[in-house]
Amino acid sequence: MKTEFPNTETLHFPKSCLHCEDPPCVPVCPTGASYKRPEDGIVLVDYDKCIGCKYCSWACPYGVREIDEHQKVMKKCTLCVDRIYDATLPEERRKPACVLACPTNARLFGDVHDPDSEVSVAIRENGGYALMPEWGTKPANHYLPRRKQRIKIHTDELVRADNPLKKERAQPKPDIKEPSLDDVTSW
Amino acid sequence: MNAPVTSARTEIKQTTCYMCACRCGINVHVREGKVAYIEGNPDHPLNKGVICAKGASGIMKQYSPARLTRPLRRKQGAERGANEFEAISWEEAFAILEERLKKIRATDPKRFALFTGRDQMQALTGLFAKQFGTPNYAAHGGFCSVNMAAGLIYTIGGSFWEFGGPDLERAKLFVMIGTAEDHHSNPLKIAISRFKRQGGKFISINPVRTGYSAIADEWVPIKPGTDGALLLALIHELVKQGLYDRDFLVKYSNAAQLVNMDMNSTEYGMFVRAEVPVEEGCFDPQNKLWWDRHVDKAVVTHSDGVDPRLMGEFKLPDGTPVKPAFQLLTERVKNYTPEWAEDITGIPADTIRRLAHEMGVTARDQKIELPVAWTDIWGKDHETVTGNPVAFHAMRGLAAHSNGFHSIRALGILMSILGTIDRPGGFRHKAPFPRPIPPCAKTPRGPEAVQPGKPLDGMALGWPADPDDLFVDKENNPVRIDKGFSWEYPLSVHGLMHNVITNAWRGDPYKLDTLLIFMANMAWNSTMNTVEVRKMLNDKDDNGEFRIPFIAVCDAFQSEMVSYADLVLPDTTYLERYDVMSMLDRPISEYDGPVDSVRIPVVPPTGECKPFQEVLIELGSRLKLPAFAKPDGTRKFKDYPDFIINYEIEPGSGIGFLAGWRGKGGEKFMKGEPNPNQWEMYAKNNCVFHYELPKSFQYMRNWNKGYLEWAQRHRLTRYAEPILIHIYSDILQQFRLAAQGKTQGKQPPKHLRHRIETYFDPLPFYYEPLESQLTDKQKYPLNAVTQRPMAMYHSWDSQNAWLRQIHSHNFLYVNPLTARAQGIEDGDWMWVESMWGKVRCMCRYSEATEPGTVWTWNAIGKQSGAWNLEPGANESHKGFLLNHVISEELPPTADGEYLSNSDPVTGQAGWYDVRVRIYRAAEGEPQESYPQFNELKPVPGQLPRKRSWLAYVGGKIVGN
Repeated sequence: MKTEFPNTETLHFPKSCLHCEDPPCVPVCPTGASYKRPEDGIVLVDYDKCIGCKYCSWACPYGVREIDEHQKVMKKCTLCVDRIYDATLPEERRKPACVLACPTNARLFGDVHDPDSEVSVAIRENGGYALMPEWGTKPANHYLPRRKQRIKIHTDELVRADNPLKKERAQPKPDIKEPSLDDVTSW
Repeated sequence: MNAPVTSARTEIKQTTCYMCACRCGINVHVREGKVAYIEGNPDHPLNKGVICAKGASGIMKQYSPARLTRPLRRKQGAERGANEFEAISWEEAFAILEERLKKIRATDPKRFALFTGRDQMQALTGLFAKQFGTPNYAAHGGFCSVNMAAGLIYTIGGSFWEFGGPDLERAKLFVMIGTAEDHHSNPLKIAISRFKRQGGKFISINPVRTGYSAIADEWVPIKPGTDGALLLALIHELVKQGLYDRDFLVKYSNAAQLVNMDMNSTEYGMFVRAEVPVEEGCFDPQNKLWWDRHVDKAVVTHSDGVDPRLMGEFKLPDGTPVKPAFQLLTERVKNYTPEWAEDITGIPADTIRRLAHEMGVTARDQKIELPVAWTDIWGKDHETVTGNPVAFHAMRGLAAHSNGFHSIRALGILMSILGTIDRPGGFRHKAPFPRPIPPCAKTPRGPEAVQPGKPLDGMALGWPADPDDLFVDKENNPVRIDKGFSWEYPLSVHGLMHNVITNAWRGDPYKLDTLLIFMANMAWNSTMNTVEVRKMLNDKDDNGEFRIPFIAVCDAFQSEMVSYADLVLPDTTYLERYDVMSMLDRPISEYDGPVDSVRIPVVPPTGECKPFQEVLIELGSRLKLPAFAKPDGTRKFKDYPDFIINYEIEPGSGIGFLAGWRGKGGEKFMKGEPNPNQWEMYAKNNCVFHYELPKSFQYMRNWNKGYLEWAQRHRLTRYAEPILIHIYSDILQQFRLAAQGKTQGKQPPKHLRHRIETYFDPLPFYYEPLESQLTDKQKYPLNAVTQRPMAMYHSWDSQNAWLRQIHSHNFLYVNPLTARAQGIEDGDWMWVESMWGKVRCMCRYSEATEPGTVWTWNAIGKQSGAWNLEPGANESHKGFLLNHVISEELPPTADGEYLSNSDPVTGQAGWYDVRVRIYRAAEGEPQESYPQFNELKPVPGQLPRKRSWLAYVGGKIVGN
């Protein structure tokens, strides 16, 4: 979307691993380091198996994998897998750190396979969409569109019987001596 | 499923963030004595668990290579600015200061000046200066947003941010003007997102669409410095359509009060006063008059059953012609039509009209009635509280102009005629506001208040109520080094820190001996005219003596200012010290009641770092200042925590720095005897004290009997009187009458009479910013402004390894139309030049920029080697500072007089008034930002510069 002044939109578009249902980064991995967990669908890298060949980062259409130049392993969003199952945390804090941190609650966390979850309802009712669906990756993470609120003021809403100006100004009244129709009409 | 991560070695400690001035609650995870992780505290009322990029990156500030760890003395013979120091002991440092300051205090205390940055401890630094006896104290407010404070406090008795804000829980329409990010950052983000989810409409008025504006429903681009014109045109349209809350204005403002229109009278332009006995001890006697609509004669205001005129002109029985204040407002805005404003602001007249209609109709037709009973100060009971749900927020975009005071007065009046002050869905105060207009604190009125060996007889900063409150000598010369509270800048309620160095260098009004700067980078991003100010700091007189004889700097980090110090005092970070967000200062109150908070150290100080608070208490004790020493000369307080517990503003008053858990057992709040366990009680309660007022005290506080009496009982205010909104400011009119020679008291010197008469207008008016008036706009057609990025707070974070990954250098953002007209491509090196100087930088195209404006992120550019960054770092070679093209003074007048580049009412620095031109850098020019400065080498005690690769794994820094 190209916008030009003054109809400019400023968009902050955070991107992290979308934890695809059919992640192209997994089958390309020669060592099996890149995997999708069957129990919850989180896409992870097993650092002990990763040889740093970067195939997965070429395969990912979303550009969310980065090589750690020092440790020579591929790193990516883990959906805070250590956090979300950490029973030592209070239940409401068992969420990815980005979800907890976001001041505007722009990020929701939940099970997209549960039709009644907060995220499923939001995607269904608010027009949630997947990025680049043509790749067939079926991302679990969805985005919600912008919402715009407008106010429509009808011109007659400016007119009100109790307009306070009426209390200040006597209605304009012509001088009593000014000519009127009444003076000259005899029938 | 994975086994839970064991965290036995991790300790989680609560304290308060300081990565910006928001002051969110944080949980700091400490492992093996090191900070491992920082997260938002879910139980803190301000941020409710959220945290921003800055807050989470506090770790990298704690372990920043910029940190100073030892007291330093400038090497003998080294130039200031060369950054050549030798490490000394604290004992030596204290001895140097003690000897110097003792001598100054015994002779002429005003030759010591203490100026501080965004330090959040102004109650203590101010107390120290007052006790020392110097008038030369202020914090950074004069170059930050004093117009916002003064403009609104002199109008509605409160202001934005710590003092009040938009009630987005209930608002239906939210209008944000001149705000990018910051200024109640996380809480405002939380509130805006909720507001949007509830279906409210969010309008952003700003030359640039960044920060919060990204999620605005409508962006209204405006030319910088023209907000006043827009606001006056909105008032014009609302008055014209009758879209104002008449009932609110009559009861709660001075709109219906009668103004003396007899041009020959010495009372011309003042409110007519009735012959009713004035009550003792009040600040705004309720003896003004209304014109009764029904019986057609003047009556005392707020008389039972009277409905006064807001418009018209009348004659009192003695023949005095009078008009209601509102009539004068309507006359003032008569010619401020939307068409007039279109030419100035660049906003189409139809848009201005539509905005006015959206505000006026929403306020009128979407009223909120809350079932909250309350009693007004005149004794009338109300069953409900009414709200007109239109909320505003504004900050430095309005304030940092030399016409900002009147723009902000216009905003206050706009908010008031919509009937939104301290009502649901509108503007809500935060304790200790509302305060009287103006608040009671006053500076002394003359130089006799400064006496050797004695505390200052008055406050260093205050709120003038009339010309006699000015702080000038018999010849009208300023007493303060920054000329605050003089005829140049009468209502400079936060001082003028931006002129201190220049004035001290010039010796005008006098020379200083010792300048102590705390946490302000006056040799870089906190000063205007950077290149020249740096020369002044190192300049010597004909005898080879420094013009500013001694400079001491306290900072936690090696800033550019540190390099100009004779003595450097290493401060701690926020994670290493005790701190208070005090009701005596700028607390973190919520709309529903007072809130204050504390910091409690989570890790011990690094190296020899010492909190500045401890430095002040130590110095105060050594100098035997009465607040810090017993009559026998021994020290009163063991340390800062002890001081916080036991200090009372007056002995036995029960009022101290912290409002919570006072009284011997912590059973009292706001007022009560010192509690020896106060810190422990804060520690147990998320470091925060929050008192929720009864519902009936939460609204209409300017006129709420219950609240005002509560506030008086708890000593938030001296008076329990109505705080009527000043639609018309008779305070300003008194200064104008003085300038006209019509008063008995202090009058301005001849050369300033016209200035005072012009700018002390009792009603807001629009004028072009002073610098623009003096600039060749053909040559310099563009405005240049800065904004603060979300990931950085001023320059604080250009040292932060994590945040530098987001911004390591800045661009000049230019609308493509404007850039192409100069043949500048996206990414090109280019020049931005004002009449004061020029900067070479890189261009970035932006459609989110009004074509007459160029802008950049504030304070990312650094001097090479500053913050102990690698000498080749992007910050110093690609990043740049716009301050080089901004002046701290206006061009000298024909008489050779220097006036600050500031608002003529408040002394607010006119950062955003600068006019520039842009052009492409020539082929073959260095691809490097200009100007460049000498490279700063590390100083003794600094941590080694970071290695080329750096990571943070499991709470430990690793790298090679």
